[in-house]
Order: sequence, then C-alpha cells, then structure tokens
Amino acid sequence: MKFFYYPGCSLEATAKEYDYSARMICRQLGIELVENDQWCCCGATSAHSLDHLLSLALPARNIALAQEAGLSIVTPCAACFNRLKRADRELRENTEIRRKIEAICEFQYSGDVKIYSLLDALASLYGLEKIAAAVKKPLAGLRVACYYGCLLVRPPEITGFDQPENPTVMETLVAKLGAEARKWSYRTECCGASQGITNPKFATRLVDQLLTMAMEAGAQALVTSCPLCQSNLEMRRSPHLNLPSFYFTELVAVALGIPEEKIWFHKHLVDPRPLLRSLLPAG
Amino acid sequence: MRSPDLYPALPEKVREKSGQPIELCFQCQKCASGCPMGERADYLPSQIIRMLQLGLTERALQSSSIWLCPSCETCSARCPNGIKIAAVMDVLRAMAVLRDFAAKNKEPVFHRVFLKSIQNRGRVHETLILIQYKLKVRDLFSDAVTGLKMFKRGKLPLFAKKVKNKKIMKRIFAGAAQAQG
Repeated sequence: MKFFYYPGCSLEATAKEYDYSARMICRQLGIELVENDQWCCCGATSAHSLDHLLSLALPARNIALAQEAGLSIVTPCAACFNRLKRADRELRENTEIRRKIEAICEFQYSGDVKIYSLLDALASLYGLEKIAAAVKKPLAGLRVACYYGCLLVRPPEITGFDQPENPTVMETLVAKLGAEARKWSYRTECCGASQGITNPKFATRLVDQLLTMAMEAGAQALVTSCPLCQSNLEMRRSPHLNLPSFYFTELVAVALGIPEEKIWFHKHLVDPRPLLRSLLPAG
Repeated sequence: MRSPDLYPALPEKVREKSGQPIELCFQCQKCASGCPMGERADYLPSQIIRMLQLGLTERALQSSSIWLCPSCETCSARCPNGIKIAAVMDVLRAMAVLRDFAAKNKEPVFHRVFLKSIQNRGRVHETLILIQYKLKVRDLFSDAVTGLKMFKRGKLPLFAKKVKNKKIMKRIFAGAAQAQG
C-alpha cells in the first residue's frame, strides 16, 4: 500500500507529533508514504474566506503533483483533507472551474487521484482487523472521548461520511486498540477553529464546553484527528480543565508497542504521560 | 444601517457567486440552533440569510457574524432546504473585504498574513504568521506564555520548510487573481 503523503503546514510546526506518529505507525504497518517536497499549503480557512478560486487552486496544485506520481493522496490533517476533497469535487463536476484551475495550475486533471484522510485509509483500505491483529500493547483501562470536530465529517457530500451527526469510525478504531470509547454528544461540535487565534475567548468557551462534557461522560482523554482541534483543546482551555488529548495516531503507536519515549508526548501542552503510565505496565 | 442596499443587485450577486438558493430559506432556525457563534455574533445565520432575502446585504456585510463564523459547516449540513450557508458566508467575507466593509475586523488581517506566507514560501510559516498577525493587531503579549511553552517544545520553529519552485506559487496567485477578474 503506497500513498502520496500530504502532511500540511501544521504538521511541520504546531502538530509535529501528529506527523511523527503518523509516519511511525505507517512504517510499522507497512504502508509506504511518498513525500514530494514540492507540496504547497492547501490555503485552509484563509483562502476560502477571501478568495474562492485560490482556495481551489492551491489544493489542485497538490492533486496535480499526486497525479504526476500516479498515487492517491493520504493526509492526517482533517482541514487539508476537507480542502483537497472539495477541490477534487469541483474539478470533477464543474467544467468551467476545471478549465480555469487547469490553466492556473498548469496541468490536465485526470480524476485518477483519490483523496483519503489517514483515519479513513486505515479503516477502510488497510482494515481495522489488521490493525487489531498488530496490537502488542492493548490500551486496556483507557477511557476516551473520540472527538471528530467539523472538517473531517462536514459537509458530508464532500467528506463522504454517511452519518455526519453520528460518525463511528474513530470509536471502532479505539476499541480495536483495547481502549473504551465513552458515549458523548459533542463529538462533532466545533472547537472554534481559527477563532482560536483571532478570538481566543470565543474558542475558550467552546473548548471548555467540550472538555467538560468529555469529563462528564467519564473520559480520561480526548482523541482527535485535526491539528487545529488539538491546538485549541490544549491552548484555549481554562487552566483547571487539564484533560489530555491524543492524536489518534499516537494511540495507535502506543498500542502497536512503539516505546513511549519515541512518540513525542513531551510536545503536548497537557502531558498525557502520567495517564498512560497509570494504565500500562512499565516496559 | 437600516436602509436597504444602495446597490439593489447585491443579493443577486451573493446568490450567483455562492450558487445557493437563498430564497428557499423559510426561517426554521435549524442553522441558528446548532451555530457555535450564535450567542456571540450580532446576527444568527438565519438572520443573515433573511437580510439577503430582504435586500439588506450591506447590513450583513458589516456584521460580526461573517467574521466570527468558524466555517464549521454545521448549518450547511443541517439546512432542510439544502442551502450551503457556509458558502454564503465565504462570499460575504470576500465581498466585505472588497467593498471595504471590514477595515476594523482583525480576522481578514490574519487571513491576509496567512495567504502572504503561502504566496512567498508555498507553505505557511506558522511561527512567522502568528508574530506578524500579533504585530499588526498590536497584541503581542496575550499569548506570550503559551507561545513560549510551544517554542520550548519545538512547536514554533524559527526555520520552516518552503517550496523550492516559488515561481509556480507566484503564477498560481497571479492566475487566480486574474481569472477572478
């Protein structure tokens, strides 16, 4: 299994541990990630807020690179995934836009490149049963709240989630790793996204609500698939709500038996190591 | 503020640019009830849509709602009439900047710094854009402690990777601007 790996800008800075753990588990599972250093930013919220065409052209440039390599794209970042999928849909269905984008990005769109979030690639292409079989250190006793946020699931016609109000893939994955996914109702609520930078108080309100609800549901930690969610959960919470959050890739890494010191937990603003040590036998 | 648009064609322009059937909204408030910015912004998404129906576009363009909207897409996913409200918000934001309605808002300042980084480097230099944004809105200290914690953890690197072929980035930006007209 081989993919065009698209980490996105956050995974080179604020979400380094997401990139690191994603690459590590793929190596361990035998998934080959090819990175072309010519990839560019997807434009994120800023592009689609100010310039519609640019918000399609930037992801299209990356689709062009993947097409050249003859590979499908996999990206851990929920926001990049959303922008790439959206551009692909426009290229596929809107002839006028396709002509414009092809001219801007200097390529001919073939439609052969498929776009997967890493979570979806693991679940539907690689197979959760295969991951379960590779688990060496089950996360027994760990109770988590799976937090999808917005961009992985919405809008469903772009992301392909058949139950956008009630996604289950992360819960299934976590169960295969041996942890318990608690039921809670804030799984697809917004963390405030880029408002975490421009209106931090607004983001704090949303984040505090999420963390409080996760605690009430009996979770010891949250599991995320988005660098912006993770940043807001760690940075924008009120200080007393010190519930750790994991990227799902980090939990997979622990369960696959990758040693804790190799997973870069020290990069978290809320250190999850005490929680993990309280659950897992040493070594 | 309460007067209708100086340019009566504005709502039609929003409709055309967003491709959304704004006239189908019957004010069920489903978008409003799931909206995270609901209690903070000056108008709910349903009210913004109503303004467009009534020809009060300029009032919508001056609202804080279009900038506080975090693009979570909950409204779009739930609208029973299939109006992608988040797409309407995108059109309103771009229009507000173009027509100089957003001079006092700090969100477009952030977006411009962000896009400039992509234009110059192909990728976003997160450390640099955060500092540039904070300088521009004159708020250097509110996040100093958190920023330092992140810096110590290597999450705000001083040197970030960039795309080697910068010419293609320049051409994409120029091409998008030109095609937009």
